[in-house]
Amino acid sequence: MSELALDRQIDRSKMKVSDEVAIQISDMNKWYGSFHVLRDINLTVNQGERIVIAGPSGSGKSTLIRCLNALEEHQAGNILVDGTELSNDLKNIDKIRSEVGMVFQHFNLFPHLTILENCTLAPIWVRKTPKKEAEERAMHFLEKVKIPEQADKYPGQLSGGQQQRVAIARSLCMMPRIMLFDEPTSALDPEMIKEVLDTMIELAEEGMTMLCVTHEMGFARQVANRVIFMDAGQIVEQNEPEEFFNNPQSERTKLFLSQILGH
Amino acid sequence: MSDISFVRTEMLPQKDPPASAVGVVGWMRANLFSGWFNSILTLVALYFVIQLLMGLFHWAWVPTWSAASLPECRDIFEQLGRTGHNAGACWGVIAERWPQLLFGFYPNGTEEGTVDQRWRPILAFVLLAVALAPILYSDRVSGKLIYFSGAYPFIMPWLLWGGTIWTPVAVALGFVVGFVVYKWLLKSTSELIALIVGVVSAVLWWMFAASLLSSGLASIMPLALEPVQSRAFGGFMLSITIGVVAIGLSLPIGIVLALGRQSDLLIVKTLCVCFIEFIRGVPLITLLFVASTLLNIFMPPGTNFDIIMRVFIMVTLFASAYMAEVIRGGLAALPTGQYEGADSLGLNYWQAQRLIIMPQALKISIPGIVSTFIGVFKDTTLVSVIGLFDPLNLTNAIRADADWNGLVWELYGFIAFLFFVFCFGMSRYSMYLERKLQTGHR
Repeated sequence: MSELALDRQIDRSKMKVSDEVAIQISDMNKWYGSFHVLRDINLTVNQGERIVIAGPSGSGKSTLIRCLNALEEHQAGNILVDGTELSNDLKNIDKIRSEVGMVFQHFNLFPHLTILENCTLAPIWVRKTPKKEAEERAMHFLEKVKIPEQADKYPGQLSGGQQQRVAIARSLCMMPRIMLFDEPTSALDPEMIKEVLDTMIELAEEGMTMLCVTHEMGFARQVANRVIFMDAGQIVEQNEPEEFFNNPQSERTKLFLSQILGH
Repeated sequence: MSDISFVRTEMLPQKDPPASAVGVVGWMRANLFSGWFNSILTLVALYFVIQLLMGLFHWAWVPTWSAASLPECRDIFEQLGRTGHNAGACWGVIAERWPQLLFGFYPNGTEEGTVDQRWRPILAFVLLAVALAPILYSDRVSGKLIYFSGAYPFIMPWLLWGGTIWTPVAVALGFVVGFVVYKWLLKSTSELIALIVGVVSAVLWWMFAASLLSSGLASIMPLALEPVQSRAFGGFMLSITIGVVAIGLSLPIGIVLALGRQSDLLIVKTLCVCFIEFIRGVPLITLLFVASTLLNIFMPPGTNFDIIMRVFIMVTLFASAYMAEVIRGGLAALPTGQYEGADSLGLNYWQAQRLIIMPQALKISIPGIVSTFIGVFKDTTLVSVIGLFDPLNLTNAIRADADWNGLVWELYGFIAFLFFVFCFGMSRYSMYLERKLQTGHR
């Protein structure tokens, strides 16, 4: 098991869960063709929560968070994000997407634009931010992820860990209220995983609402306030990290944990 | 202490590679003489290349540039002691006829009562270079020149065909009308309705208002060039004109068709697929025959739809279908992550296409796009089958002259050389562009 070798104490002072609801999913179902990939998902996420979604591959965890910004379409049930309902209305979808940041396994940076242009593109075109202001904000967030000196390079010239941190900065430039992470460290070398996790921890320390699909159980234990275990398209178990890891209830969870923590 | 234990105490410095592996020697060893078999092949190939070049040089390097006819060339060869079939090239035909190979029968002032008008195509092509500069070399040329590029499509036909200047102005105003209507409606209605009404109003303008306006303005202020009939167009001027129009229009139409083919809207998709597959399934010559003969049957009697205009439309449609497929290839090569990245940031469809997808898809498709361009440019010689005097058709006219009857190599060689210059230029530009747009591996 990869425990986080953190060289500092995590500051929990701002990690407060408010009563305000950020995301509400009720009776949500999704099919790929005739395959029932998400089954009766009910989940309420409050503002400020840090949720880690774990589970074996093919359990629907990525599909679940991709439904939250309509990268995947759900066929039944409701999803409310920040009070806006996800429906087929393109205006609602674009509004939600600009409020919800997303970080992908393969970064999905735009290779034909510089790092700075990657970060300013959406604020300029979607939010109509003046270019100068957008660039200042982009540099602010690039400093935050500790790579301001790479601003004029192209994504192809950066290492995987740096690219992923740029991807995080790019999402932050839209000033999102919720961040979704879809296996952000799965495509990275072990040496680079830590720098990305550090960035995510800093984000958590500032009170960002985060939903992370990840296999980094150390991160789950130390940062998350709730761990959700999914299998076969269903939420099997959810609990606080201490309880989840030390005292899993369902047999499926026990098997999963014994396999990933066993060696 | 065990044998497998090892600790490096100092790191090794970087050394130079061996001399035989780098530089000219290294290159020759790797590429020409990498083994006895390859060495023999190199020497044999060199022998044949040298023989070929010497033969070509012997044929081409003859003082026949001022000869006025083929018999005169033969006299020169006799004086030089050369005999036989391959005695040498008779360049007199090129010296005498190259203006015709370039301009066809464009008025050159030799006929009674006419003025030499050939400055017009020359100026049009010089201005073409100016108009292309900001597009081809956007990083080195002032961006303001792009306004001239926008005006050029209206200047070029006026220079080539002549007539009153108010016709292109009235046509250009149609675009302005459409755009103003679109912008004005955008405030109150949806984008799609504004677009449709904008296009309709521009078309109405061209159908009813444009000719009235141009003839009215022409009677007030007659600014006109001598009109030139399409039948007088010929030579490389004709090839380049058709090529430029087809190339310039096929790229945007191809992009729209490629996007349409990928669309979720069933009717749009079906229309695009049908169009592309129909055009790709029909030879260009067939389309040109349709343009030159059959189209008249469907027109109301008395209408005269310019023959070059018909060729423009057919060649452009033909090139667009191929272009659409080339661009679709580029779109398919993009990882879905690019679409998702754009979507997740809240960019709408057109923003994502314009800012993220198209710049990358077009970059991937550069080799295919330029191949299509080159193919279209060479295909313009097919217009000879419907009686237009492209360079190849002109060779027949030239050989019909008793002075030059029997010449083949010099004429075709000269035409091939000019085509090669243009096509090779396009090919080199595409390689330059690929290098310029290279932004590291993905």
